[in-house]
Amino acid sequence: MAAVQETIDQVKSIDVTEYKYGFVTELEVEKPAKGLTEDTVRYISARKNEPEWMLEWRLDAFRRWKTMTEPNWSRVNYPPIDYQDLYYYAAPKKGASPKSLDEVDPAILETYKKLGIPLREQEILAGVAPENRVAVDAVFDSVSVVTTFKKELAQAGVIFCSISEAIQEHPELVKKYLASVVPVTDNYFATLNSAVFTDGSFVYIPKGVRCPMELSTYFRINEQNTGQFERTLIIAEEGAYVSYLEGCTAPKRDENQLHAAVVELIALDDAEIKYSTVQNWFPGDAEGKGGIYNFVTKRGDCRGRNSKISWTQVETGSAITWKYPSCILRGDGSRGEFYSIAVSNGMQQVDSGTKMIHLGRNTTSKIIAKGIAAGKSDSTYRGMVSAHRKATGARNFTNCDSLLIGDQCGAHTIPYIEAKTATAVFEHEATTSKIGEDQMFYCQQRGLSEEEAVALIVNGFVKEVLQQLPMEFAVEAQKLITISLEGSVG
Amino acid sequence: MAIVTPLKTAAEQQLAQQYADAKAELPGGPAVRKLREDAFAGFEAKGLPHRRLESWRYTDLRALLREARPLATGPGRLDAARAKLAELALDATVVVLVDGAFVPELSSLEGLPEGLSVQTLADALVSGRDDLPRVLAGPSVAADDSGLMLNAALMRDGSFVEIAAGVALEKPIAIVRLFSGENEISVYGRSVVLIGDGAKATIIEVNACLGKAPQQLNVALVVEAGSETEVEHIRLVTDQSEGSVGVFSLLATVGAHAKFDSFALVCNAATVRQQHFVRYAGEHTEVGLRGINLLGGTEHSDVTLIVDHEVPHGTSRELFKSIIGGEGTGVFQGKVVVRQHAQKTDGSMKSNALLLNEGATMFNKPELEIFADDVVCGHGATVAQIDGEQLFYLMARGLPRPQAEALVLQAFAGEAAEFIADENVRALVMSEVEAWLAAREAASQVSTV
Amino acid sequence: MLEIRNLVVKIADEDKQILNGLNLTVNDGEVAAIMGPNGSGKSTLSYVIAGKEDYEVLDGEILLNGENVLEMEADQRAAAGIFLAFQYPLEIPGVATMTFLKAAMNAQRKARGEDELLTPDFIKQVNAAADKLGIAKDMLRRPLNVGFSGGEKKRMEILQMALLSPSMCILDETDSGLDIDALRIVAEGVNALRSKNRGFLVITHYQRLLDHIVPDTVHVMSQGKIVRTGGKELALELEKSGYASYGEAA
Repeated sequence: MAAVQETIDQVKSIDVTEYKYGFVTELEVEKPAKGLTEDTVRYISARKNEPEWMLEWRLDAFRRWKTMTEPNWSRVNYPPIDYQDLYYYAAPKKGASPKSLDEVDPAILETYKKLGIPLREQEILAGVAPENRVAVDAVFDSVSVVTTFKKELAQAGVIFCSISEAIQEHPELVKKYLASVVPVTDNYFATLNSAVFTDGSFVYIPKGVRCPMELSTYFRINEQNTGQFERTLIIAEEGAYVSYLEGCTAPKRDENQLHAAVVELIALDDAEIKYSTVQNWFPGDAEGKGGIYNFVTKRGDCRGRNSKISWTQVETGSAITWKYPSCILRGDGSRGEFYSIAVSNGMQQVDSGTKMIHLGRNTTSKIIAKGIAAGKSDSTYRGMVSAHRKATGARNFTNCDSLLIGDQCGAHTIPYIEAKTATAVFEHEATTSKIGEDQMFYCQQRGLSEEEAVALIVNGFVKEVLQQLPMEFAVEAQKLITISLEGSVG
Repeated sequence: MAIVTPLKTAAEQQLAQQYADAKAELPGGPAVRKLREDAFAGFEAKGLPHRRLESWRYTDLRALLREARPLATGPGRLDAARAKLAELALDATVVVLVDGAFVPELSSLEGLPEGLSVQTLADALVSGRDDLPRVLAGPSVAADDSGLMLNAALMRDGSFVEIAAGVALEKPIAIVRLFSGENEISVYGRSVVLIGDGAKATIIEVNACLGKAPQQLNVALVVEAGSETEVEHIRLVTDQSEGSVGVFSLLATVGAHAKFDSFALVCNAATVRQQHFVRYAGEHTEVGLRGINLLGGTEHSDVTLIVDHEVPHGTSRELFKSIIGGEGTGVFQGKVVVRQHAQKTDGSMKSNALLLNEGATMFNKPELEIFADDVVCGHGATVAQIDGEQLFYLMARGLPRPQAEALVLQAFAGEAAEFIADENVRALVMSEVEAWLAAREAASQVSTV
Repeated sequence: MLEIRNLVVKIADEDKQILNGLNLTVNDGEVAAIMGPNGSGKSTLSYVIAGKEDYEVLDGEILLNGENVLEMEADQRAAAGIFLAFQYPLEIPGVATMTFLKAAMNAQRKARGEDELLTPDFIKQVNAAADKLGIAKDMLRRPLNVGFSGGEKKRMEILQMALLSPSMCILDETDSGLDIDALRIVAEGVNALRSKNRGFLVITHYQRLLDHIVPDTVHVMSQGKIVRTGGKELALELEKSGYASYGEAA
C-alpha cells in the first residue's frame, strides 16, 4: 500500500502532460552526412577503429539488407521511413573516447544526473549497501560514454564494457557469439542493425561466477533525426548468473526517431540470465506527433542443459513498439520466462509478445503478459509457443490479460500455440476486460478518488510482473505506469 | 512495393479452364452471372489459399490441390445413397444432394408444413429474385476468402430454404450431401436457409462419402436468421474417402434477440477445412459455435472461425474439442472481433486438444481483436495428454486401460456435444463419437494382444 | 491376505527412494493401521499397492492371497480384490457417476468371468448402498466427484468400496478434510464392511480416525519402513508423544 500511496503522490507532483525526460542536451556533435550507403558503414567502422573482419561483416549485412523489404505483418501503422533521411552516427565531440569520467563532457554527466542515473562511483556508493550496487554502461546516441565498476567486476572475472570495446579487447568472444542467436538476416531491422550498429553493452560471466552486482545499461537518444542502433551481447558460461537491467529515454521531438536494437543472450549449462527492461522512450504527443519507433529484436538462447533465461519488460514509451523478446529452449531441461507489462496511451501502437521455441527435452516456459490500453492507443500481444517433435515433455503456461480504459483504444491477442509432440502440455488463457465498475465503486465507497482507485486496480493487475523486477526498478516502473495512464479516466 | 504476380499452379490453370468451359451452363440470371464473374476474377487475383495467408496458415490448399478434379455434372449411382439414408434414419425434412445435384426421389419434400418452402439453389439462382446478391455474399468478414470466391463462381446446386416469420418447425431440415466416390470429381455446392423473424428451426448438414475415390469438395451454407429466431445448426463431416480435401463454409448473419448455435463433428474425414463466418446483425444475440474433431491416420482438420461482433450486447461461446491420434493434425484458429461500438460484448472461446500418441500435432490460434472497452472477452487453449491421474483412478476401480481411456475421451468430447438442444441429434452425434472410440479401443486391444 | 516383503521403491524419473525395504502383513479379517509422520512414505505405499505408474519398484514383492501383484496393471489388481480409497478422489467431468459405477462393477465382474449386471439389479444395489451412506440420488446423477464437497467425495469412495466388495481395502488418509459428522458416517460405512474375509489397511496421520475404526494392529512407519508394531494402544501412545522420536520433519 505504501507503494500505491507513493505512486499517487508522484502523479500529483508531476505535470502530467510533460514527458519527464523530454529535455534536450545542447552539445557539439560529430556526425556523418545523412543517409545510408556503404560509405556510412565504413565511416562507422572507422570511427570505432574496428578491425577489418568487423567491417567486412557489416558490409555483408548491408548488402543483404538492400535486398530485403520492410515487414508489414504487425498491427502497426506508420508512414514509410526514409532511410536516407537519417543520421546513422552521432557522437559528442568533446571528450570523444574518454579514458575516465573527468574527460566526459560535463553536459552529458549533467544529463544523466537529471535522469537520475549517477555515473560517479563515489556518488553511487554513498549510502548504498554493496549488494545493492548497480554497475552502469551509459550509451549516449551512438557511443558508450562510461561504464562504471569495471574494475571491481573484473576482479570477479566479469567483463562488462561497451560492445565497441569488446570488439577491440575480446574479439574471440565477439566472433564466437555475435549473431549466433539472431542471424544477420533474421529480419529487416536486425540486418540493418548488423550493418550500422553503434554501441551497446557486452557482458561475459565466466564459468561458475555469480555476478556480484546488477548490471545495467542506460540508453539515451539525444540528437535529432538520428537512429540509435544498439547491439547488446550477454554470455553466461556454465553455472554463471547475471541480472541485467536496461533503461531508455529520449527528448521530446516533433519528428520520429528510430531505435533498432539487437540483443542476444546466451546461457550455457546451468547458467541463468535475468534481463529486465524499463522502456520509456518518448511516446509522442497526444496527437501522435513525434516519438520513437522501437523496432527491436531480442532473443535468448538457452544453449546449455538446465539453463534459464528470463525476460521482464515494462513498456510505457515509444510511439511504436515492435518487439518480441524470445527464448530458444535448446538445452534439455532449460527454462524460458517472459513477463511483460505494456502500457499504451495517446496514439501509441504496441505490437509485442514473445516466442518460446521448445527444442530440447523437458523444457518449460512461462508467459505472463499484461496489456493496458488507454486513449486512442492500440495494443497487440503476439506470441508463439511451439514444441518441436523431439521436445518431449515440453510445458508451457501462458496468461495474457488486457485491460481497456476508454472506448477509443484497441487490445488484441494473437497467440500461436503449436504442439508437434504428443507429450507437450500447453495451457493458454487470455482475458480482455475493462476495470470493473464494481471494483471502482467498492474502492470509491471506501474513500479512494477515481484516480486512486484506477492506480490501485492497475497496480493489482500488473503486480505479478512487477514482482519480477529488482526492487529499485519495480518502484520506478510502478510510477511510470501510473503516469502513462494519466488523463485516461474521466 | 513490388507487385508480385503469383505463378499459377496446374490446379489454378485447370480451374480457370473449368470455369471458362462451364460458365455458360451454370445456373443463374444476369445478376448471378455477374456475381460469378466478379468472384472468379477475385479468385484469379488471389489464387488458391495458401499457408502464407494468415487465415490459411496451417492448411495449404494450394499445395493440397495439385490438380483440379473434373466438375461433377450429375448424381452418381443412388443405391449406396439410399442405403446411407436408411442408416441415418433422419426424422426430418430431407433434401438429398448426391455429387452436388439435387435428387428429388431421395428427398422428402411432400407435405411441407405451412411456412416452409424448399427449392433447389439452381432454381433460386435463375429466379432473378433481387435479394440474391446480398444473401449470397454473407458476412463481410468472409469477403476476401478466395476459397469462397471459387465456390461462388462454380456453385451449381444445393437447397434454398425459406422459413416464414413466426414459424416453429417441429422437424429439423436435413441437407444431406452424399458423394458417391465412384470417380475423382470436384463438387461446388451451396445451400441457403432464410429464417424469418421469430421462427425456430434445426438445420442438419450431413456430408459423407460412400465410395473410395478421392473427392474435392467446396460447399457452403448460408444462414440468415432474423430477429428473435432460435436456430440450431448441426454439421456432420464423416467418412470422407482417403485423399479427399473438403472445404466447408458457414456464413451466418444473425438478427437481434436471437439464439444461434452451431455444432460440427468431424471424424474419419481425410483433410477438412471448416470455416465459420458469423456476423451479429442485431443486439442481445447469443451465438454458440462448438465442435468435436476426432482424428487418426494422417487426417487433418482445420476449424477457422471469425465471429464479428458488430453491435453491442452480443454473447459468443466457442468450444472445440479435438482428440488426435495417429499422425493426425488438428488446427483451431478462432478470431473474435469486437468492433468499437460493440459494447457489453461477452465472449468466451476455448479449444482443448488431447494428443494420444507421438506423431499427433495440434495448432491452436485463438485470437481476440477488440476495439470496445466495456467487454468481457477471454479465450483458453490447451494441449495435453489423457490425464494420468484420472486414468489411474478408473483403472484402480477395475476398468481396463482401453475402456478407461475411452470413458475419459468420451467425457472430454461430450462436453461440447452437451450443448446440442435437440436430443435426437445429440444422440446421433454421440453415437458417431462412441463408434469412433470403440473402433479405436478395438484397434488398441488388437495391438496389445 | 496381503503380504509385503522387503519393498524398495523410488519415484520414476527421479533418484529419490521412498520405501526402503518395507515388510508388512495384513491378514483376512484384520484391520491394520499405519501411522507415521508426513513424508514417511504412507501414501506412496498405498499407490504402489494399487499399481500407480509413477513409481519404480526396485526390490521386494507384494502378494495378495499368495499371488504377486507387481506385474499386474491397476485394473487387474482391482479385479483381484485391491481397493484404494483415495485421499483426493479425482474429479472426472463429463462422466456421470452412475455410468462410472456400472462400468467399474461390470469390468471387474468380466475380469472374474462373471456375467454383467442387469440394469435393474445394478440400480437396486447402488440405491441400497447409497441410502446407508446418506448419499442423495442427486449426487449419483452428477459427473463423478465434480463439485462434491470433501465429505461427499469420501462417502462416494466408501460407496464404491461397498459395491465392488474387495478383499483388501486401503484407506489413504480418509479422515483428511472431514468434519466430525462426516467422519462418523464414513467410519460407520467402513465398519459395516468389516468381515472375516476382508482385510483393511488404514493409513492415517492422526489417531482420531482410529477412535471410529478401531484397528487390530497399529504399525508405525518412518523413512519408508515399518519401525514399530503394536496393538491399538500404540495409537494412543503416539497421540501423546507425537512422532518426534520417529524423525518427523520440523
